[in-house]
Amino acid sequence: MKEEIIIAGFGGQGVLSMGKILAYSGLMDDKEVTWMPSYGPEQRGGTANVTVILSDERISSPVLDTYDIVVALNQQSLDKFSPRVKKGGILIYDTSGIHKLPERNDITIYPVNAMEATMEIGHPKAYNMVVMGALLEAMPYKLPMENVVKGLEKSLPERHHALIPVNRQAIEKGRTLLGS
Amino acid sequence: MLPIIKNIYFIHIMKEEVRLMKGNEAVAHAAILYGCDGYFGYPITPQSEVLETLEALMPWETTGMVVLQAESEVAAINMVYGGAASGKAVMTSSSSPGISLKQEGISYIAGSELPALILNVMRGGPGLGTIQPSQADYFQATKGGGHGDYRLIVLSPSSVQEMVDFVGLGFDLSFKYRTPAMILADGIVGQMMEKVVLPPQRPRRTDEEIRRQCPWATTGRNGERKRNVVTSLELESSRMEIINHRLQARYREIERNETRWEEIGVEDADYLIVAFGSIARICAKAMEMAEEKGIKAGIIRPITLWPFPKEAVEKAARGKKGILCVELNAGQMIEDVRLAVHDSLPVEHYGRLGGIIPSPQEIVDALEEKLINNIP
Repeated sequence: MKEEIIIAGFGGQGVLSMGKILAYSGLMDDKEVTWMPSYGPEQRGGTANVTVILSDERISSPVLDTYDIVVALNQQSLDKFSPRVKKGGILIYDTSGIHKLPERNDITIYPVNAMEATMEIGHPKAYNMVVMGALLEAMPYKLPMENVVKGLEKSLPERHHALIPVNRQAIEKGRTLLGS
Repeated sequence: MLPIIKNIYFIHIMKEEVRLMKGNEAVAHAAILYGCDGYFGYPITPQSEVLETLEALMPWETTGMVVLQAESEVAAINMVYGGAASGKAVMTSSSSPGISLKQEGISYIAGSELPALILNVMRGGPGLGTIQPSQADYFQATKGGGHGDYRLIVLSPSSVQEMVDFVGLGFDLSFKYRTPAMILADGIVGQMMEKVVLPPQRPRRTDEEIRRQCPWATTGRNGERKRNVVTSLELESSRMEIINHRLQARYREIERNETRWEEIGVEDADYLIVAFGSIARICAKAMEMAEEKGIKAGIIRPITLWPFPKEAVEKAARGKKGILCVELNAGQMIEDVRLAVHDSLPVEHYGRLGGIIPSPQEIVDALEEKLINNIP
């Protein structure tokens, strides 16, 4: 098993922390993991991205050309990373604010309205966990929910552990979005 | 005996074994667990998490380790000089521009034959440059960044785990040879998170243990012995030459005993890639991609940049068609590689500058362009 994932969006959308929770969840499931924040010059323009690799084996490069799964949360990220989904791979993008659709027919594309779903559950800060739910549902490697919860516990400081149920709810909501 | 633990966060941290951490955070944990006596630093991106994590862990309440944010880099390295002179296990960390400021102090520490650990999480230069990763301080670290004929033991980590391991190794070697050691990391290893296994807590050495281990240290003589003078000054040139010869003899001993490297798929390869730090891992991915195209490349990763594994590189290069040095600089380690192989085969360089990280595909392309298509 090896999943090479990039999550890309605006700074402040919780991209890096979503990556961290994903990486920690993988760690709790006994996987090798790397979490590599964006180091491109684009970071200064307000976009943020993180490469997360989950694998059964020792991971070589934390930096990649192509990905099994791309999660794009704005137009810029979609434009930049949709050509870099491996053939047969998965592209998830948030439809809000997207005007130019990806042009690929050799990959599985999931447009999700995560922003709207976040508003429905009434916890705007849990946006990244709604996206994470969609990712977990779409990912061929099935990360057990108990390890995702452990990942949340490890990633969040103890003073925020009261928010874990909300995060869980957001993840569950996100899981329902793929078919919509 | 372990010290009494008052800090709740610290207990939380200590009871777990496997954790996900940034390289910078991992260094802070490793320093405390090693039984380090003091850290003196000044914040600079991309290594500020070292100081931040130490402040959060509050080791002064547990092991008694001193953590101090100095007024400047120059002050910090001179605090290290003072601590080292008294036989303490002390360290500092910074990133490229800050490390340049510390060079005078590092030369004094080397000249005074003291142990100390210095971490450089390199960023792109010259000058203030960029905060993105770089390996452009290779010359500075390995050829003596300050004045005078001295060397540092230079360790190059390629993973967060090695960031942890090299804190202990760096301190051990630096005490063994009374020579400052440097961990030359890049912004990638500093900022990325990976799984780490932390070593058990070692108690800090007692004053008595320091007196025994470091008879040269200024530990207070209690009228029992001649006073110890720690200095790098010797105005009598014939004596200064003797000191230099002593240092050089020690450096030769380090070269004989402490050269370290890692090889991946070297034996069956047609081409050799030489890369250090995190870049060696990007090259490992490139190597897999090249293999799919029928190109057989192997990697040799120097772990000690000084002493440089010249014999290992020379041996690994035998029978190869060419060497590609991949570095985040304009070509620095390549000089040591060319010396190691006596230019007996083509040695090419591929590098990105100013904080840009090459992708694995770029390295495959460079291999094809610079070596395969160019060598008859």
